[in-house]
Amino acid sequence: MAGLSSREAGNEAAEPASYRAGIENRVLRLEAAGNWSIVHLNKVDGELRRLVASPGEANRAVIGLSAVSRFDTAAAAIISRTAARLEEQGLRVEFEGVSEAQHLLLDKVGSLGEPEPVRRPPVPAYLQILGKIGETLLAMAAEARAMLGFVGAVIVTVGRTIANPRRFRLVPFVHHMEKSGFDALPLVCLLTFLIGAVVAQQGAVQLRQFGAEVFTVNLIAIIFLREVGLLLTAIIVAGRSGSAFTAEIGSMKMREEIDAMRTLGLDPMDMLILPRVAALTVTLPLLTFIADVMGLVGGGLVVFFMLDMSPGVYITRVQEAVGFWTFGVGLVKAPFMAAVIALVGCRAGLAVTGSAESVGAMTTSSVVRSIFLVIILDALFAMFFTAVDI
Amino acid sequence: MSTSRKGEPIIEVEGLDTRFGDNVVHENLDLTVKRGEIIGIVGGSGTGKSVLLRTILGLKRPDAGRIRVFGLDFSTLPEAERRLNEQRWGVLFQDGALFSALTVAENIQVPYREHLDLSQELMDELAAVKIAMAGLRPTAGTLYPSELSGGMRKRAGLARALALDPEILFLDEPTAGLDPIGAAAFDELINDLKETLGLTVFLVTHDLDTLHATCDRIAVLAEKHVILVGTIDDMLRSSHPWIHEYFHGPRARAALAGK
Ligand SMILES: Nc1ncnc2c1ncn2[C@@H]1O[C@H](COP(=O)(O)OP(=O)(O)OP(=O)(O)O)[C@@H](O)[C@H]1O
Ligand SMILES: [Mg+2]
Repeated sequence: MAGLSSREAGNEAAEPASYRAGIENRVLRLEAAGNWSIVHLNKVDGELRRLVASPGEANRAVIGLSAVSRFDTAAAAIISRTAARLEEQGLRVEFEGVSEAQHLLLDKVGSLGEPEPVRRPPVPAYLQILGKIGETLLAMAAEARAMLGFVGAVIVTVGRTIANPRRFRLVPFVHHMEKSGFDALPLVCLLTFLIGAVVAQQGAVQLRQFGAEVFTVNLIAIIFLREVGLLLTAIIVAGRSGSAFTAEIGSMKMREEIDAMRTLGLDPMDMLILPRVAALTVTLPLLTFIADVMGLVGGGLVVFFMLDMSPGVYITRVQEAVGFWTFGVGLVKAPFMAAVIALVGCRAGLAVTGSAESVGAMTTSSVVRSIFLVIILDALFAMFFTAVDI
Repeated sequence: MSTSRKGEPIIEVEGLDTRFGDNVVHENLDLTVKRGEIIGIVGGSGTGKSVLLRTILGLKRPDAGRIRVFGLDFSTLPEAERRLNEQRWGVLFQDGALFSALTVAENIQVPYREHLDLSQELMDELAAVKIAMAGLRPTAGTLYPSELSGGMRKRAGLARALALDPEILFLDEPTAGLDPIGAAAFDELINDLKETLGLTVFLVTHDLDTLHATCDRIAVLAEKHVILVGTIDDMLRSSHPWIHEYFHGPRARAALAGK
C-alpha cells in the first residue's frame, strides 16, 4: 500500500514501468515491474499491443504483478485489456502476485466492460465540404425566418406597449441610452472630428489644382451631413453596442436567466429587447447630429489653416452649400439603422445555445451582419432619395 | 520525495484569514487533513466552504495564514515545480466547469495532452475507462458539455478530475443534483477510489447520506472557522446548537435510519 499512495510526480529517479515476456512450455509469462503509473506507460502500452496481437504458440498466459511498485487505473486498464485480448486468442489467463489493492482496481476496471470508442468516426473530406455547404444554406434560411419572426414579435410588443404605455421599462431604457449613447460620445466625437479634418485636407489639395479650393467647404458639408457622419456613427455603434447587446443577452440565455424570467411571468421582450431597441433608436440620431457637427468643426479647422477662411465665412458658405434636406436625409436614415443594429444584436443574443463559444460566435456574427445591413440600407436609401429627387 | 505514509498530514491550513472587501469569510481557521482519509466539510450556505477549497488550491490568495499541501507551500514554489505538483490533485467544481469547446472525452484528455506524452489510442482508451468509472453512459464521450444534463456534467467533471489518478481529490458538492441511485453509486465510487488508489478526498457536501457513507472525519465550518473536527459519532455527541440541529434534524434522522 505504501508504494501505491505515493504518486512521485516529477520524481525522475522512480524506476519506469517495464515488463519481461517469454514463452516456455506453451506458457506466456508476462512479468511487470517498476512504476506502472500513467506517466511511464506509453511505451509499454505500444509494445504490449504488438505482443498480444501475436502470442505465438502459447495456450496459457501468466501475468505477474509482484514487482510492480505503483499501479494506477491506467495500468489496470492496460493490464485488463491485455488479458482480455489474450483470452480472445484462446489463451487461459492467470494472475500472479497481485496485491489486494491491485486486485480491487483490476476488478473495478474489469467490471466496466469493454471501453466504447470516444470519438465519432471520421467523415470523408468531400462529404464534409458538401455537408458544410448544405448546413450553411439551411442555417441561413432558418435564420432569415427566425429574424422575420423576431421582427414581427418586436413590432407586436411595440404595439402592445403603445396601447399600454405602463408596460414600458423606463429604467433599462435610460440605462441603455447612457451606455450606448452618452458613453459613445468621446469616441464618436474624436473619430468624426479627425475624418472631417482629413477629408477637408485631401479635398483642398485636389481642388487647388483647379483653383477651386473654396469648394472644399461644399465637399465637407455635403459628404458629412448626407453620408459619412451617419455611416461612421452607425458602424461605431454597431461595434460597440450591437456586440454588447448580443453578449449580454447571450450570456443571460446561457445561464438560463431568460428561461427564469419567463417562468416568473416576465416577458424578455419587455424587459430586455424593447428597452434596447428603443434606446438605440433614440440615441443614434442624436449621436449622428453630434457627429455631423464634429465633422464640420474638423473640416472648418483645416479650412481655416489651409485656406485662411475665417469661421464666420465658413459658416455662411456651409449654409449656402447645403439645403435642409441634405442634413435631413442623414438624420432620417438614423433611426432605421439604429433599429437594424439593435434588432440584429438582440436576435443574435437570443440565438445563443448552451456554450460560451457560441456567445463569442454570435457576437462576431452580430457585428458583421449589422455593419453589412447598415451599408445595404444606406444604398437602398440613396436609390430612394434619388428617385424622389432629394 | 520519500515514500509517504498513510495518516501523515497532507493538507495543513494554519491561521487562515480570507476576506472579500469588508466581508470576512474566514478568521484564524485551522484544519489538517490526513493522507488517505475522506474528510467532509459541512457548514451552512455562504459559510465559505467553496472559498476555503479555492484558497487551498491557490485560486484565491489568503489574507493571512499558511497553507501547505503535500508539505509544500505552493505560494512560494517556483512556477515549474508548482505546475508539477498541481498534477497531483484533481478538482471537481460545484458546477462541473467543463471546457465548453471540447467533448467530454477531450475534456478528460486535456491533462494527458498537456502533461504527458501518450498515443491517441491509449488516451481514447483511458478516457473511455474514466467515463465508465464516473458512471456516465459510454456514448457520452462524444458529446459536448452543453448537450449534457446537470448531473452528467458533474460526472464528466469527476472523470476529468480523475484523469491523472491524483493523490487528493477536491470535490465541491459532488452529489448535489444527482439522482439517489447515482448519488449512492458516487459514494461507492469514492470509497473504491480511496481503497484502491489510497486517495485523499476533500469533500464539500450538504448530503447527509454521503457523509455517513464515505467520510472518515467531518469538519464543521461556522463562525468563520472550523468549530469541530471529528467522526460522525463526535458530531452526534456535540452540543453546539448548529451541529446538533444539523445532525439531529429530521433529514439527519432519516439518513441515519437508512443506515
Ligand atoms: N468572488 C467573490 N466575491 C465576493 N464575495 C465572495 C466571492 N465568492 C464568495 N464570496 C462570499 O464568500 C462567502 C462564502 O462563499 P462560499 O461560496 O464559500 O459559500 P459556501 O459555503 O460554498 O456556500 P454554498 O454551500 O451555498 O455553496 C459568501 O459570503 C460569499 O458572498
Ligand atoms: Mg459552495
